[in-house]
Amino acid sequence: MIFASGIYKSFAGRNVISGIDLDIGPGSIFGLLGPSGAGKTTLIKVITGQLVPDSGDVKVFGRNVSGLTGEDRKKIGIMMDDHGVYGRMSCADNLKIFADIYGVPYHEVFRTLKDVGLEKDAGKPAMKLSKGMRARLQLARVLMISPQILFLDEPTSGLDPMTMKYIHKLILEQKEKGCTVFLTTHNMEEAAALCDEVALLNEGKIVERGAPGQVCRKYNHSKKIRIHLTTGEDIELAHDEGSAGKIMELMSEGCVETIHSSEPTLETVFLELTGRKLDCTEEMLYA
Amino acid sequence: MRNIGVIIKKQIKDTLKNKTVLIQFVMFPVLTLIFEHAVSIPDMPELFFTKLFSVMYMGMAPLTSVAAIISEEKEKNTLRVLMMANVKPWEYLAGIGIYVWMICMAGAGIMSTSLPAADIPFFLGVLSCGFFISIVIGACVGIFAPNQMVSTSIVMPVMLIFSFAPMLAMFNDKISMAAKFFYTQQIRLLLDNMTFAGIKPESIAVVAVNSVLAVFLFFVAFKRKGLE
Repeated sequence: MIFASGIYKSFAGRNVISGIDLDIGPGSIFGLLGPSGAGKTTLIKVITGQLVPDSGDVKVFGRNVSGLTGEDRKKIGIMMDDHGVYGRMSCADNLKIFADIYGVPYHEVFRTLKDVGLEKDAGKPAMKLSKGMRARLQLARVLMISPQILFLDEPTSGLDPMTMKYIHKLILEQKEKGCTVFLTTHNMEEAAALCDEVALLNEGKIVERGAPGQVCRKYNHSKKIRIHLTTGEDIELAHDEGSAGKIMELMSEGCVETIHSSEPTLETVFLELTGRKLDCTEEMLYA
Repeated sequence: MRNIGVIIKKQIKDTLKNKTVLIQFVMFPVLTLIFEHAVSIPDMPELFFTKLFSVMYMGMAPLTSVAAIISEEKEKNTLRVLMMANVKPWEYLAGIGIYVWMICMAGAGIMSTSLPAADIPFFLGVLSCGFFISIVIGACVGIFAPNQMVSTSIVMPVMLIFSFAPMLAMFNDKISMAAKFFYTQQIRLLLDNMTFAGIKPESIAVVAVNSVLAVFLFFVAFKRKGLE
């Protein structure tokens, strides 16, 4: 569905994207993880044809992105972080503009508003919506067209946990319908919960990629099992067959409060590979 | 073509809720009706307020509203959403231009109710040319300005020059000398005669040159800045 090969893009002599290759199959959720300034939005803009790469090929639906027809573009939903809504117009009117452009019947407008939980606010001016509601309206705008490919740039950035969860549910529903989702995020929990495949992006380069669990297991160097005992004591055991007896003994004595294996999270993998945290901004890096 | 219709429909809905743009379209037609019916000064030329306000309306409303609409869409990133939805830049600009032209023509229609019926086609025909030039100049500003603040600071002096020069030219010869190169002043002179037969070639020439310059500036601005 989405194929990119050897993508380079620079601004004012600074390489923002360096040699990105992607091959994303249909019906999957691909997550691009990276801190602010890593090049996520630039890459999504290159893939969606909003920016022309300095070199490299981008193909969507098997066609070069610059050669996509109007009909092809109608199958692509793009929700960028900075995309606005018409503040003075109601939620329904905001969607009706795009329903008219895409030739979607108006009953779909109200169905989509219901899907995103805004049916009671259909007549409310968009400027009076909360940040979370506005994000849902922006998402409704792209879901209304039943896209085959969905590009989401930081879809839950700055939202409360409830709204975040709601948006995750909507994204997973799209996947179930066979939609390919390309999302950027700096939230590793979001990536782990949603994505079939993730790529860790740092300073314009993909430093690691794979299924979230697979990536985490690959960097599980310590291979320990951490047990918190009912006495309040924490113990660490080697993650091998030699520890089985000890764990069984503790379990049978009822001494185990919690038990965890020690594989790293995407956050710690990213930290190990780059020395940066995923929620690290450019300002923090150069401070 | 369908997208042009969508843009026009969107603007109609938006304008009804946008008091700052709405007031620009309504103010001069309403003032014209009030002044023509309520104010009577001895020796005042016939239809003085209709002719004066219509020229001010032509130099002010289309210019400021087109610039405001485009710059607001750029600032709030709704224009980018439209472009991503496969609305072509020319479709968007044509939609905005046609919409503003239609609203201004409706305003001119209201103003023309003070005129004898025989003069109305001339009045509307001449103003429609003026609206076109003002819309193109407003589009130049909207394309050039990255946001509403810059747009307002550019459009204000331009609008004041074009809309007030014809009025000031009545009282000052030096201003009259300069103003004769503006399409607004030539259209005021055309409205003073109010006959097709009385159209002077120099008026046609100035309006044509102003049109060509405005269109040229529009293409330069669009080539440099696009709609992003």
